[in-house]
Amino acid sequence: MPFLDAVRLALAQIRVQKLKSFFTLLGVTIGVMFLIAVVSIVEGMSSYMEHDFVGKLVGVNTVTLRQQPEIGANISDAQWRAMRRWPRVLMTDVQPVVDALPPGTLWSAEGYDNVFVASQWSPPKQLQASAVEGDYFKIREMKIAKGRVITSQEMAMGTPVVVIGEEIATRFFPNLDPINRPLKVAGLPYTVVGVAESQGSIFGLSLDRFVIAPYRSPLRHVVNKPNVLDALKIKAAGDADMTETTEAIRQVMRSRHELRPSEPDNFTVESSESALTFWTSIKSKLVIAGVVLPAIGLVVGAIVIMNIMLVAVAERTREIGIRKALGARRRDIMSQFLVEAATLSTVGAILGIISGILLAEIISAVSPLPATVAPWSIVAGVIVGAGVGIISGIYPASRASRLDPITALRAE
Amino acid sequence: MQTTEEVPLSVTAERAVVTQQAGKAPEKDWVIVTRGLKREYDMGGEIVRALRGVDVAIRRNEYVAIMGPSGSGKSTLMNLIGCLDTPDAGEYWLSGDLVSSMADDELARVRNREIGFVFQTFNLLPRATALHNVELPLVYAGVPSDERRKRAIAALERVQLGNRITHRPNELSGGQRQRVAIARALVNEPAILLADEPTGNLDSTTSEEIMRVFEDLASSGQTVIMVTHEPDIAAHARRVIVLRDGMIESDDRRERFAEKMQIAAPSVTHK
Ligand SMILES: Nc1ncnc2c1ncn2[C@@H]1O[C@H](COP(=O)(O)OP(=O)(O)O)[C@@H](O)[C@H]1O
Ligand SMILES: [Mg+2]
Repeated sequence: MPFLDAVRLALAQIRVQKLKSFFTLLGVTIGVMFLIAVVSIVEGMSSYMEHDFVGKLVGVNTVTLRQQPEIGANISDAQWRAMRRWPRVLMTDVQPVVDALPPGTLWSAEGYDNVFVASQWSPPKQLQASAVEGDYFKIREMKIAKGRVITSQEMAMGTPVVVIGEEIATRFFPNLDPINRPLKVAGLPYTVVGVAESQGSIFGLSLDRFVIAPYRSPLRHVVNKPNVLDALKIKAAGDADMTETTEAIRQVMRSRHELRPSEPDNFTVESSESALTFWTSIKSKLVIAGVVLPAIGLVVGAIVIMNIMLVAVAERTREIGIRKALGARRRDIMSQFLVEAATLSTVGAILGIISGILLAEIISAVSPLPATVAPWSIVAGVIVGAGVGIISGIYPASRASRLDPITALRAE
Repeated sequence: MQTTEEVPLSVTAERAVVTQQAGKAPEKDWVIVTRGLKREYDMGGEIVRALRGVDVAIRRNEYVAIMGPSGSGKSTLMNLIGCLDTPDAGEYWLSGDLVSSMADDELARVRNREIGFVFQTFNLLPRATALHNVELPLVYAGVPSDERRKRAIAALERVQLGNRITHRPNELSGGQRQRVAIARALVNEPAILLADEPTGNLDSTTSEEIMRVFEDLASSGQTVIMVTHEPDIAAHARRVIVLRDGMIESDDRRERFAEKMQIAAPSVTHK
């Protein structure tokens, strides 16, 4: 029997038994729905990580020298303990590192900690405050909404001025222009000179909750011991090779820490790649969850379809007998029931795709998780749906195809 | 029962065909030849011998009735002739092909191309329209859908149902349903039209109407083989084969059968 006739027949069958078909489809629909939703969220996070996250937090063409990694995957507690005994990155490391890199390289030395911030218009709140030196604003490509950035003179003199994030501005200076107004940072008197443009948020965490002061201002005594840095960010010039940059930094630091060739690094050079490695390791776990959950639904769906098809074969024994009497071969009956099972579950899969996309949209609307529907997951959904139908239809269909015409005609 | 002098010439020819050496294909003129056809059913250890060696030879364009008491093996024989069933022993030649040694798919092909089967219970697909029911054999023959439709409509017109093509079986009378079934049996232009008690579920007026359809078909050259247990229906046929206990009891021209019935009838009523 031609394929299209078989599909038409199957659709007619579904139309005749709407309610039964609906319950038959449920397992496949739910399975495919989860498949699409989970894959969409993983894909959404993935494109987020690979574009926005890396761009906003880590920065393109940027590596960061730290004592221990900020984001770390697969690091044991023992390793963390060992890393905490490593030497800190020092202000005196900055010049030798920068000297080893080609001219045009940007750098920024940073020390930061959570401190209490207060103004006369708002009670104190704990926030991250950074004491920075170098090309901090250039590396972060920070745009200023009001006022200006900290000048290099202010940096050099250690003038007590701050640039603050948008959220800080509205919280501490409600309905006021924050520029030139006083702000207490860790109890120290500072003056606001600039408000940065909103940076948005990642995964629901605001990127506009920061206070930035010159390194040489009094804040540095609060955030770190003298001369100690939390991070040295390096942005390579133009088209520089990032592995070469990383390697140059490593060599300088190894010699400054007087490491023998056999000894491993006792510092961390993080790049956007490290952030992505970390993400990839989470992603694979999420993808496994995204496969296992729907698989359960699909197995249940397959069992239901198989049983429904067995019942259908039993109920339609006489029809099978008639068809055989009129010249249907085994493979005609077989394909009729296979196509029926496949059509049934493909319809289920299509419903699952639609509800999966809706579910992903709803999740990304009500939660900070981003969602992007991956075209391949739609294709996979349809293939999986049809596949489940075919696999679960094989046994009932072969039973139907093997019926003896006379016995079948005598049924009912 | 039959002596040589009483047997008409044609019957002698038939005897010659069936008693030919086993395995020898009959000549083209013989559409059906069976030699020593046997069929047994195993009913939980007890063997029912439904056919015990049936020899039949039927020519193209013949109109044959098969009669016999209930349980004599008429349906079993029809199912074998219709390739719905396979014999346990013996040969069955259909249009020169040895059907009794065919595999499943070949039998399906023969049922599709060579045979039109009309059942007592109509056996229409209940949810399909008359047109779709008639199209079915063409679907399995791989006929493209436009042509299928055209031929199915023509077949329905042939049985005077051209104005009922979109009706479903439950919207049709018994006689109309059986005519749909006849149209379906004819649509693929089969070599033989088989009917197993086609009027068994119909009242006598409708039965007459259906019988007229068969007669028209037979007189237009269609080979027809029909099972019936009513002598007056059998009398329409040009040849009557009587089965008893899985064997052929008699095989006569219509005239001779009627003659015998008249002689036999009073003795039956006296019993
Ligand atoms: N599928 C079957 N299983 C067992 N016995 C059967 C079956 N079909 C027919 N028979 C037996 O074979 C004999 C012939 O049956 P059948 O051909 O239907 O007779 P008829 O059609 O002449 O009434 C009967 O004894 C019947 O009980
Ligand atoms: Mg019978």
